[in-house]
Amino acid sequence: MILEGKKRLWAEYQKEIPDDNYFYVRSCIRQNFFPASEPTFLRILRDELKKDIFETPFHTTCSGIGYHSDIVPMETTMTVVARQFALMTEAGYENYAASCITSFGLYSEIIETWKHFPEVLAKVRKHLKQATGREFEIPQSLVHASDIVFKLRNEIAAKAKFKLVNKHTGKPLKVVEHIGCHYSKMFPSKGVGGAEYPYVLVGMIEVWGGEVVDYPERRHCCGYGFRHYLVKANRGYSVANTKKKFDSMEPYKPDMIITNCPGCPYFLDRWQYVIAEMEGKTYGGDGQGIPALTYEEVAGLVLGYNPWDLGLQVHQIAVEPLLDKIGIGYDPEAKYKGPNGEDLGKPEMPMSIRCC
Amino acid sequence: MGKLYDMLVEDVRFQEGMKSCMNCGTCTAICPAAEFYRYDPRQVIDTVQTKDEEAIEDLLKSETIWYCGECMSCVTRCPRKNAVGLVIVALRSLSQKLGYFVESEKGRQQLALKRTIGAWILEHGYCVYPRKITVENHPEAGTIWKWEQDNLDLIHKRLGSNLDGEGNGGLRRIPQESLDELQRIFDVTGGSDFYNQIEEASKKKAEEMGLSLDEYVKFVYTTNNGLHGRDEE
Ligand code: SF4
Ligand code: SF4
Repeated sequence: MILEGKKRLWAEYQKEIPDDNYFYVRSCIRQNFFPASEPTFLRILRDELKKDIFETPFHTTCSGIGYHSDIVPMETTMTVVARQFALMTEAGYENYAASCITSFGLYSEIIETWKHFPEVLAKVRKHLKQATGREFEIPQSLVHASDIVFKLRNEIAAKAKFKLVNKHTGKPLKVVEHIGCHYSKMFPSKGVGGAEYPYVLVGMIEVWGGEVVDYPERRHCCGYGFRHYLVKANRGYSVANTKKKFDSMEPYKPDMIITNCPGCPYFLDRWQYVIAEMEGKTYGGDGQGIPALTYEEVAGLVLGYNPWDLGLQVHQIAVEPLLDKIGIGYDPEAKYKGPNGEDLGKPEMPMSIRCC
Repeated sequence: MGKLYDMLVEDVRFQEGMKSCMNCGTCTAICPAAEFYRYDPRQVIDTVQTKDEEAIEDLLKSETIWYCGECMSCVTRCPRKNAVGLVIVALRSLSQKLGYFVESEKGRQQLALKRTIGAWILEHGYCVYPRKITVENHPEAGTIWKWEQDNLDLIHKRLGSNLDGEGNGGLRRIPQESLDELQRIFDVTGGSDFYNQIEEASKKKAEEMGLSLDEYVKFVYTTNNGLHGRDEE
């Protein structure tokens, strides 16, 4: 009963998401730590779904990590963002698609601030013109790239080769979703499902055959905290927050985690390794971890892409147990090979967590 | 109204984040930093709304304002629509403008952030650039990161990046004209002055502590006096 009520409530949260013609802006973190995710997203949109998605080599960081590390002033970040908008305007696009939650949250905050303080917007226009000669329009539509995958989730399901189902038991996989704080905690109306019932990843999980795990610390921060990860002396904060989430989800025995933000999967992956090495504690079965994937990686798996084309080999937590559950075939020998089959050696085995 | 409070009010984020607090403590209940650090966002807001200059100055020089993780979880929950996270951003900004940040261990870390993330933004056009994420500074990145670092070019090629290449694609080399535009934006909007201010105040502090600036940056990046956590004595 309660679940049904919740499902109905979730369905009521809607966000306008354009279904074509996007100006795409990459994420610093995703490019560094999950380098195959953005190419996968573009492959799905362009090759599978025949969408128009444009990118330009001239776009840069939005400076968001610098801004939230408090070293880049607001006026500076706003003008950097305005430059990205100018590139969109010059390319003739109106739908801005960000590949990063920090960026998406920041763009939302900036556009909102400009609404409340038009004099700030005027100053940013002046600064941008002065520094670069450029002018810009505010996007008609601002989406996170996962919003687009959410919008197209049924089309992806229609082409799916695999479902998020355990092929041995026939039961849906138990999937933890983590949407990332800046997706909708500041501006609930900007995210699918708002801050209370974020639906962006839930919608994908359900349509692709999985079952969402509702656990107590589901909405807790992954622990990034910007300066709390970036400065070595502070990382205890970051790992402690991640541990809190894992301790809370452990009794539900999740098969996998799907994430929205580019940073969260990195922390949910790497801190499992650190917790294991520090305390001998592992959260997956059989001394292994729980694979934490990006939404692009999950979409790629569902579509039957080669796991090593999806970059699943650059996760510290082994993904093979998950692939075996779904019944996705893979070549273990190809896992650590270079672009032309070069032998790149193998990563060292950690001490306390089995990584295949 | 006092001078410091006036300076805070000039920051639009302060105006957005600081309505009026009824001390309900909801923000503290939801705050991940309050769970880990000796930190109470309710108290921060309450101190600021007293407009007591001395108390605000103490706050600007304190460890307290550096504990927030800027997750903005408090924003969703505050019944008065305050945003403690935004008030913190304004306090941190003022603390650096006035050079007060070097008075706390956590505040002094701003130099390390400026010299990593801050430098990479202008040098590479990315907040994070893979050749700079060393195994030494990031042991938590795991054995997989060590393998990636050892084979960076081939792995990125395998996974479809265009690492340091021309044209579009992941981790492409950002064209020089775009980097020049970024630099000019920093110059025109006060970003470069802000960087210099962090350097200058840190330099003075380093001298006071008897350290060269390079020693100081390493020191602030790695030192934790063990007195910040809720459970730490
Ligand atoms: S939740 Fe809002 S009203 Fe309550 S203590 Fe925090 S800032 Fe004040
Ligand atoms: S933004 Fe800061 S004060 Fe607010 S909940 Fe997050 S860590 Fe706590």
